[in-house]
Amino acid sequence: MRILNQIKVAARSLNKNKLRTFLTMLGIIIGVGSVIAMLAIGEGSRQNIQASVASLGTNSIMIYPGSMNQGGVRMGAGSYSTLTVKDAEAIAARCDLVTLVTPAVSRSVQVIDGAQNWRTFIVGSNIEYLAIRNLAISSGSAYTLADDRAAAKVCIIGQTVSDNIFGPGKDPIGQSLRINSIPFRVIGLLEKKGQNTFGQDQDDIIIAPFSTVQKRLMTSSKFVSSIYASGSSEKVIDKAKDEIGTILREQHKLTLHDDDDFTVRSQADIANIFGSISKIMTILLASIAGISLLVGGIGIMNIMLVSVTERTREIGIRMAIGAKGRDVLIQFMIEAVFISFLGGLIGVGLGMITAGAVATFGGWPVVITSSSILLSFAFSAAVGIFFGWYPARKAAGLNPIDALRYE
Amino acid sequence: MENKNIIVVKNLWKIYHTGDIEMNALRDVSLEVQQGDFVAIMGASGSGKSTFMNILGCLDYPTRGEYLIDGENALKLDKNKLAELRNLKIGFIFQSFNILARTSALENVELPLLYNNRFKSKERKEKAIKALQSVGLGERINSMPNQLSGGQQQRVAIARSLINEPVVIMADEPTGNLDTRTSYEIMDIFQALNDKGITIVMVTHESDIAQCARRNVLFRDGQIIENKIVQERKIAKEELKKLPVFQSEKEVK
Ligand SMILES: Nc1ncnc2c1ncn2[C@@H]1O[C@H](COP(=O)(O)OP(=O)(O)O)[C@@H](O)[C@H]1O
Ligand SMILES: [Mg+2]
Repeated sequence: MRILNQIKVAARSLNKNKLRTFLTMLGIIIGVGSVIAMLAIGEGSRQNIQASVASLGTNSIMIYPGSMNQGGVRMGAGSYSTLTVKDAEAIAARCDLVTLVTPAVSRSVQVIDGAQNWRTFIVGSNIEYLAIRNLAISSGSAYTLADDRAAAKVCIIGQTVSDNIFGPGKDPIGQSLRINSIPFRVIGLLEKKGQNTFGQDQDDIIIAPFSTVQKRLMTSSKFVSSIYASGSSEKVIDKAKDEIGTILREQHKLTLHDDDDFTVRSQADIANIFGSISKIMTILLASIAGISLLVGGIGIMNIMLVSVTERTREIGIRMAIGAKGRDVLIQFMIEAVFISFLGGLIGVGLGMITAGAVATFGGWPVVITSSSILLSFAFSAAVGIFFGWYPARKAAGLNPIDALRYE
Repeated sequence: MENKNIIVVKNLWKIYHTGDIEMNALRDVSLEVQQGDFVAIMGASGSGKSTFMNILGCLDYPTRGEYLIDGENALKLDKNKLAELRNLKIGFIFQSFNILARTSALENVELPLLYNNRFKSKERKEKAIKALQSVGLGERINSMPNQLSGGQQQRVAIARSLINEPVVIMADEPTGNLDTRTSYEIMDIFQALNDKGITIVMVTHESDIAQCARRNVLFRDGQIIENKIVQERKIAKEELKKLPVFQSEKEVK
C-alpha cells in the first residue's frame, strides 16, 4: 500500500514532466543503443573472421617458401623458390605429428569453354589437399593416384568457375574446358563455401592433380608453391611446426647462422593475427560507443541538474505537507529507475535494430552479446539513478523551509 | 471557547547568522493559542512574523525555546515524526500558494493523503473532491494551476491544508497576493472553518483582514508587543456584500 502510493506519486511526477522525462531517457537511449550496435558490429566481425579462418581447416599447417621477417608480411608468392616435393616427402616420412601432407603448385589461369572466358586460380596438389583445407566434393568424384601418375587432364572446380563457364545451375560433371588452352575434363564440383571475411570468393578455384599442374602448367618443375599438412590434433600443432622446421632446415642444409628459408604457419597463427586485428577494431568501436555513453550520461546529468531548483522547491512543498525525507528519496529513486530502465530497454531495442540494419543493408555480420547489453545498461542506469538520487538526497536533508526557499 | 491549548510557545529565539552579522529574528517570544481561536499575527515587514510561523508550522527550528503543539513537544521529535506531525496536525498555507505545477487541483489536494496510510485510492479522491467543494472549487477539480486565478490557487492550497483534518491551520499572508474581494472570500472560508471549531493562526499586515480574526498579536523587532482580542470583528460575508462586484477575481501578480 505504502509502496503503491510511492509509485503513484512517482508516476504522476514523470507524467507531468514529460519533456524532462523524455530528454533524460534520450540520453540513456542513445548511450545504450550505440554501445550495443557498435559492440555488435565489432563482435560480429570478430566471430566472422574466426569462422572463416577456422573454415580453412583448424589443424592445417601451411609451409611457404621464403622467410617472414618478424611480425611482417610474407613476400608475394613465388618470390622465393626453396620448397620441393622432396621436402614434402621428408615431412610425411619423418614427422609423426602430421597425418596428411601434400605439396602444392598454384598459379592464375585463363579458363575457356566456347565463348565463355574466366580468369581463375588453379591449385595442383594431391587429393589430401581437400581434407587439409576442409573442402568437400558435392558432386562427381575426386581424382586418384593413377590420375596423378599419368598427369591426367582432370580437375575439380568450384561453384563460381562452374557458373561462369557452364552457366548457373548447369551440371559441370563430365564437361570439358580449356585451361590455358589445355583441355581438361571436370570430374568433381566443390561444395559451395562463399566469401571469406576478406571478400575472397572461396569457390573461384580449380583443383587438379599435382603432376598435371606441375608438368602442364608450370614453367619450373623443381619447386613447389607451398606445402600443406594437417596435424594429428589441435594440441600438437605447435610441436608439429617445430618438427617441420627442424626437418626443413636439415633438408635445406642450413647452418646455425642461416635464417629459415621457409615459413611455417598454422591455422591458429593466422587466426591470432586476424583475431588481434578485430580486437583492435572492437576496442575502437567500443571507445566510440563509450564516448556516446558519456555524452548520454552528461545529457542526463545536465537535465537532472537544471531541474534541481524546481525539484528542490517541489521537495520543499512535499515535505511541508508531510512527506518524510525517505518518501522523497524513494519517489526520486523510482523515477530514476523507471527512466533508466525504460530508456535502457528502448536503447537495447534501438541498438538491436541498428545492428540488424547494418547486417541487412551493409551485409556486415553482427553479434549482440549479453555482456554489451549488461555493460551499457548498467552504466546508464548508474548514471541515471545517481543523478536522480543525488540532488534528491541533498534536498531531502534540508529543512522544508530551506528547500522551499532554494534558488 | 474551550480552554485546551493547541499551541504553547515559551521563550522562543531565532538567530540567523549571515556572515559575521547575527540577526535576532525572534527574541524571547511566548504565546499560547487555545483550541478554536483565530489569531492574526501582525507587524511590519521584517518583524519576524514569517520566521515565527515557519517554526509554528514545524518547517524550521528555533535557536532556543519550547514549543508544544497539541500537547506534543515538537522540538524533541525527529525529522520523520515531525513530517507526520505536519501531515496530520498542521495545515500550512503560504503566501505564494506552493501548489505543485502541472498537477491538477484534485491531485494537489489529494497529495497529503498519499503520505499517510489512512485511506484507499477511492476514499482519497472522494475526500479531495469534498475538500475542493468546501472551498467553492467543485467545478474546477481537474483544472491545472495555470488555468486557475490566484484566489482559486489559494483555495486549492486551503483545500489541501484541510484534507487531513488538522488541529490547526497556519497561514503566512494567505491574502498577500490577492485583491481585496478575493481576500475577503478567503477570510470567509477561514471564518466558516473557525466556526466549525478549527484553530487558525494567520499572518497578515492588512488590519482589515486582521479584523476578521478573533485575536490580534502584534510583532515588532522579533518580539510580541501586543496581544488583544478583536473588538469590532469583521464578518467577511458582510464585507463582501459592501464591495463593488466588478473587482472580483482581479489578480495581483
Ligand atoms: N533565512 C534567513 N537568513 C537570514 N536572515 C533572515 C532569514 N529569514 C529571515 N531573515 C531575517 O529575519 C528578519 C525577520 O524576517 P521575517 O520573519 O521574514 O519577517 P516578516 O515575515 O515579518 O516580514 C528579517 O530581518 C529578515 O531579514
Ligand atoms: Mg513574511
